[in-house]
Amino acid sequence: MLHTEARDLPYDELYEALIASHEGLSAEQSHLLNARLVLLLANQIGDAQVLRAAFSAARAGLPATAAQTPQ
Amino acid sequence: MNRALIRSTLRGASAAELQAMALPVAPRPASAQPQRHPVVVVGAGPVGLSLAIDLAQRGRPVLLLEAGSSLSTGSRALCFAKRTLEIWDRLGVGQRMVDKGVSWNVGRVFLQTEQVYEFNLLPEAGHERPAFINLQQYYCEAYLLERLLQFDSVQVRWGHQLAGIEARSDGATLTVQTAEGSYCLEADWVLACDGSRSSLRRLMGLETQGRVFQDRFLIADVKMKAQFPAERWFWFDPPFHPGQSVLLHRQSDDVWRIDFQLGWDADPEQEKQPERILPRVRALLGQDADFSLEWASVYTFACRRMERFVQGRVVFAGDAAHGVSPFGARGANSGVQDAENLAWKLDAVLGGRAGPALLDSYGLEREFAADENILNSTRSTDFITPKSAASRLFRDAVLGLARDHPFARRIVNSGRLSVPAVLSHSPLNTPDVDHFEASQRVGAVLTDAPLSAANGQASWLLRELGADFTALAFAPAPAWLAEIDGLKTLVIGGQLSDEAGLLARRLDARGGTVYLVRPDQHVCARWRAPTREQLAAALARAQGQWQPA
Repeated sequence: MLHTEARDLPYDELYEALIASHEGLSAEQSHLLNARLVLLLANQIGDAQVLRAAFSAARAGLPATAAQTPQ
Repeated sequence: MNRALIRSTLRGASAAELQAMALPVAPRPASAQPQRHPVVVVGAGPVGLSLAIDLAQRGRPVLLLEAGSSLSTGSRALCFAKRTLEIWDRLGVGQRMVDKGVSWNVGRVFLQTEQVYEFNLLPEAGHERPAFINLQQYYCEAYLLERLLQFDSVQVRWGHQLAGIEARSDGATLTVQTAEGSYCLEADWVLACDGSRSSLRRLMGLETQGRVFQDRFLIADVKMKAQFPAERWFWFDPPFHPGQSVLLHRQSDDVWRIDFQLGWDADPEQEKQPERILPRVRALLGQDADFSLEWASVYTFACRRMERFVQGRVVFAGDAAHGVSPFGARGANSGVQDAENLAWKLDAVLGGRAGPALLDSYGLEREFAADENILNSTRSTDFITPKSAASRLFRDAVLGLARDHPFARRIVNSGRLSVPAVLSHSPLNTPDVDHFEASQRVGAVLTDAPLSAANGQASWLLRELGADFTALAFAPAPAWLAEIDGLKTLVIGGQLSDEAGLLARRLDARGGTVYLVRPDQHVCARWRAPTREQLAAALARAQGQWQPA
């Protein structure tokens, strides 16, 4: 099951560290870093059902863009 | 040219002679009255030839029609899997293939110049056949053809092109085109093994679009003395072919296949020219490498299958029925499995031992297998040729992580190589009622293992199985087993012994365990200690006495 309730984590520090990990990178390098991160975390989670739920949740919350709006 | 002469020519011919060999075009039959044939196989590639041999071995007369009059030009299919070799062992040609082919088990994947992943497709000993051999398709066809021509009950007509079909519920009338004009014949069963551009599929209006991949690949077969080992090497983004992939395979006669990804925009006609190919090969081998170009081809591919392989009395097999990408060697290998699945079932129907429902199971089982092959080869192709910016990003991320992180090596996909389908959901299976702690499952091909006969002679399990159903029993075997009709009984700890206990471990077998094995060597039932009724019911079920849903 995908947990989306808050946990006992130092969220501000983690957020800062995440942003810092992209420091000085080009947009392209940042994209690659994010992709590597997704893969590392996916393996860490190690639960296919949770991962599929996370993929859906991430996609479901995506704001509609011009490209997705019907003409 | 009579068949003895064809056979002796095939036996002694070199690669060049085989590819240049003109097989004798058969004359148009003299009689104006259409002749009736119980089984007509259309197409003399590896699938049609294997199917015709299997039927002939079972005593069935076969007419084989082939539009061309030569063997394959170029290495084409090349990679033949363990299961295909085991099938060819049963057809009497496995050893020749292995003797001539290059056996391999190991694959390596490189990112640029660095190895990121290595796999062994057969990491355990105790199997007769390797994971793969590489053998040029013309050798494969020559050996199959030579074997087929041993059967007087088989007629092969080269230069006979199928031009029309009128299918009925009890057979079909075929119109066949020859250089001397056309003629008609009657067939009770038509087995379409006529390849990816199947005439039969087109004539019957059964074309399917499928998914075409927007990429082109160049195969260059080069002859050279080289130091590469007999392994499958795959490069992503190598310095000698930047931004694309390259695949290297060793073949027999010091020929090497190099497969270059070209991209969708490449011009197939230009890329086929030696002046374009040679620099690509030199970039890999070095500027002063000594090699000659044997054959080249530029190809693209689609993944697709027919909705139903059994169309009344016309049954499709191999590339005629389904298409995959070449990454994974799932084309010819799955086609030969189709042939083996079909042969015993059609033989049983023709012999009155089974109703037509048994042939419906051919469709169900091999459509399932085709879906599995298409799924695997589509995933490989999506990794090799990413379809979107996001797909490319994750592909590159996986390759980058693979150097340092073992989990990512498992995601690297340069082709998931052909293994036989596990027919878990086949209606011919009797589900387990007893518990087995074994990787062997009902529906899977029986795993091979070394055995020894009573006289001490070494053998292999798969070689000991019967042409029809086999009960593989671990002593003490029930006495009534031998009384069941149409069943060969093998007793381990009786006429055969499993000295190292390897087979018992692989099957989780104890005294009294019985495995029921189909003619195509798939397990269809097993028990710790079956009753005669249980075994008879499972056998009847696997012989087609089931009701299609």
